[in-house]
Amino acid sequence: MSRKAGSRGGRGRGLAALAAGLLLAAGGLVWMPQEVRACEECKGKYEVDGRKSGYLFSTRETQAIQDDDFINPGMLWVEKGKELWTQVDGKAGKSCASCHGNAEDSMRGVYPVYPKYVPELGKLENLEQRINRCRTTNMGAKAWKWESDELLAMTTYIGYLSRGMPINVKIDGPAKPFFEKGKEFYFKRRGQLDMACKHCHYDNAGKYIRADLLSEGRGGGAFPVYRLKWQKIGSLHRRFRGCNKQIRAEPYPFGSDEYVNLELFVKWRSRGLPVEVPAVRR
Amino acid sequence: MAKARVKVPKTAKAGDVITIKTLIKHKMESGNRKDKKTGKTIPRHIIDKFTAKYNGEVFFTSDWQSGVSANPYCAFKCKVDKSGEFEFIWHDEKGEEYTAKASITVA
Repeated sequence: MSRKAGSRGGRGRGLAALAAGLLLAAGGLVWMPQEVRACEECKGKYEVDGRKSGYLFSTRETQAIQDDDFINPGMLWVEKGKELWTQVDGKAGKSCASCHGNAEDSMRGVYPVYPKYVPELGKLENLEQRINRCRTTNMGAKAWKWESDELLAMTTYIGYLSRGMPINVKIDGPAKPFFEKGKEFYFKRRGQLDMACKHCHYDNAGKYIRADLLSEGRGGGAFPVYRLKWQKIGSLHRRFRGCNKQIRAEPYPFGSDEYVNLELFVKWRSRGLPVEVPAVRR
Repeated sequence: MAKARVKVPKTAKAGDVITIKTLIKHKMESGNRKDKKTGKTIPRHIIDKFTAKYNGEVFFTSDWQSGVSANPYCAFKCKVDKSGEFEFIWHDEKGEEYTAKASITVA
């Protein structure tokens, strides 16, 4: 009995020593202040009028993956998109290149202005929806599924062609009511945790939530993003859905009006920031 | 599904140590994940061996396990004496092999 108690005490001390060791390790490695992560020359590139890209909230290791086009696994989707560009599909016997020609000329500058208001639809349309509308109406092909490799590859490729250009969405005129709806979504509490987007990405950006550094939520120039957690490229709407699930709210479907409106608001929050597609995040 | 990318310098001086970068598109399914809809384990499917040859001679091999990430990146160094061809072979658990080639001119 007494021996048992003694051994338990010994284990307790061992655990305490282990915990102290872990804390020390954490102090040295994990709790890096944000400034340490960003290099001086990146700041001018990824920070515009005080608006910071998610790049500056990534670890230096993640930044290094994004900076090298060879290591960046998102480039695999860019290459696939490039192949799909000239691939004939659908009843009309056309490929993207049949109408739009050389993508490097025709598609540069397309990404930063989406989502935009389309009069025929009477609402906003984002890049994924635009690609699929082109496929169904002009090519006579089937729409690609959301998060399918093909749709992700094409959006990534088109985003990549505008790399470095500043995000510049229109929020006035007919787009105004949709922008207001997106803004309302951003500031409205939802889900079991009763949180809005703004609680993390507006009020507490730059602070830690457990081990994760909260970004400012200015992902307008980054998506579709190669997320290490996903081990692949994913769309902004996938991220929205993940965020909504985390606060225990019912997520909206991919391409829903709510998310497209929110996308416009998030893109406007990222105005002026460069297109980074394919960006790499944790 | 696999698509390989390799980066080898086009030219080098004799005796130079060059860096070779490789990346392959592969899902590297670890065998520990479950399908959310059916609850069944997704079977393991990984690349288990990587080999690099220089003029037919193996100079670098690496055994990979289930902890290696999807789309694995691997970089290593090699000392070159004469011009020749590099061959890279990724061996898949299911017996498939993906290869890539690159040549270098040594002055």
